[in-house]
This record gives sequence, structure tokens and C-alpha cells, in this order.
Amino acid sequence: MDRRLFLAGTAAVIVLPLAPAGATQEAMAEAIRKVVGTATPTEGRVTLDVPPLVENGNTVPLTVTVESPMTAADHVKAIHVFNEKNPQPNVFSARLGPRSGKAIVGTRIKLGDSQRIVAIAETSDGKFWMAGADVIVTLAACLEEST
Amino acid sequence: MSNILVNAPKTAKRGEVVEIKALILHPMETGFRPGPNGRIIPRNIIERFTATWNGAEIFAIEMSPAIAANPFVSFFARADESGTVILRWTGDEGFAVEERVAIAVE
Repeated sequence: MDRRLFLAGTAAVIVLPLAPAGATQEAMAEAIRKVVGTATPTEGRVTLDVPPLVENGNTVPLTVTVESPMTAADHVKAIHVFNEKNPQPNVFSARLGPRSGKAIVGTRIKLGDSQRIVAIAETSDGKFWMAGADVIVTLAACLEEST
Repeated sequence: MSNILVNAPKTAKRGEVVEIKALILHPMETGFRPGPNGRIIPRNIIERFTATWNGAEIFAIEMSPAIAANPFVSFFARADESGTVILRWTGDEGFAVEERVAIAVE
């Protein structure tokens, strides 16, 4: 094989895995903008419960709690969670209502890298509340080949 | 189906807020990982999980590939009347599974 061709080939192979390089702060900001529109989320009311140090990024427990009376007049309509460095900025979007009783949603997520997680709650009066948390991941999800 | 685990109270007082936990076996393949042959494994995730209480939607969540395999969700609901809670998972490759839970309200 031509040496030059071989080098070009390896270069292409090296570049390829970097293509889905993952979400960035800008991608996360863009995803948040899609949810909040022109509104600016206020820090507060939202508690984002996620361990600060994670050994295995494949399954990270995460709970979002929002202070709200959850009545027909004043309730949380939606809870959104975003990340900075996974391949996509969205984690989940949950829809709630007065029937929820409590604005608490729990799940388990994957983290591809140490990064910042942001939770945003939309209340029935059209306001947005947020909280963020930094997570350090020692073994990332998504990277290893499946067996 | 034995690949679903639901934890919900069988009885509740009227107006009580109860927690419902649901877990389903599913690979939640992200579509970003290469397989043993070096090719990307196609995405196969649960996109949506909903819960209805006697037909009225009480909870819904849109999932992304960032949700861990065997997705677990916990949420709350106010017990207004006795009835059936239907949990429904839908996703890629035509995935659609339902589970019913009866909750008696005193």
C-alpha cells in the first residue's frame, strides 16, 4: 500500500471517533433555550440530588425535587434535565400536574464524562426555576465496546 | 411480562400522595457506541414512559440515550379514587409495553 495513502487512511480513522464529540456548554445552553424560550430561569426552588463523585457513569441515580404546593393554581408543569458532555445535551423531560401531589422525579442516568448537570422546572405561572450540580465520573459510560 | 418491576401501594387513603416506582429491562442502546465489528450499534431506546390513572394522564417522561439501561423512574401521584394505573413504555423498533396496577382508595 502507498505510504501516503496509508497515512491518510489512519488519519481518517483517528478523526472519525471524534466526530460525535458530544454536547458542549453551547449545545446545553441551546437545548435549555429551546425549553425556556426568552425567559431566564431563576436559581432556587429546585433541588438536584446527584452524587458528587461517581465510580460508574453507566448508572448514576438522580432525583429532582421542586418546592411547590402542587395545586391546580400553582403547580410544576415540567421538569427538564440537561448535561454538558454526553453526546446529546438532553437527559429527560418529565410532565407533571396537580395530580402529581409532589414534584419529585427520580431516575438513573448515564454520564460520559465529569460534567455539570442542570435541572429546570417550569411552573404553572410560566416561570422557570433551576439548579445545577457538578459530578466527577471516574469510569465513564458509553465508551467501551459492548461484548 | 416478567421484565417489569413496579412498586406501588395496593391501598391508599383518599387524597394521599403515593410514590410509584417502575423499572423495565431494556438495553437503552445509545446509538453512539461501536460494536465488536467496529460499526456503530443502532440506537434502541425507550423514548417515552407515561402513567395514567383511570385514563387520565398523571405523569409522562421523554427519555434520551442518557437514561441508564433498564430505565428506572419514580414519581408521585395523588390518590383521588380507586382505579387502575396503566404504565406504558414506548420506543425505538416499535417497542410498546404496558403494565397495570390496581390501587384501592379508602
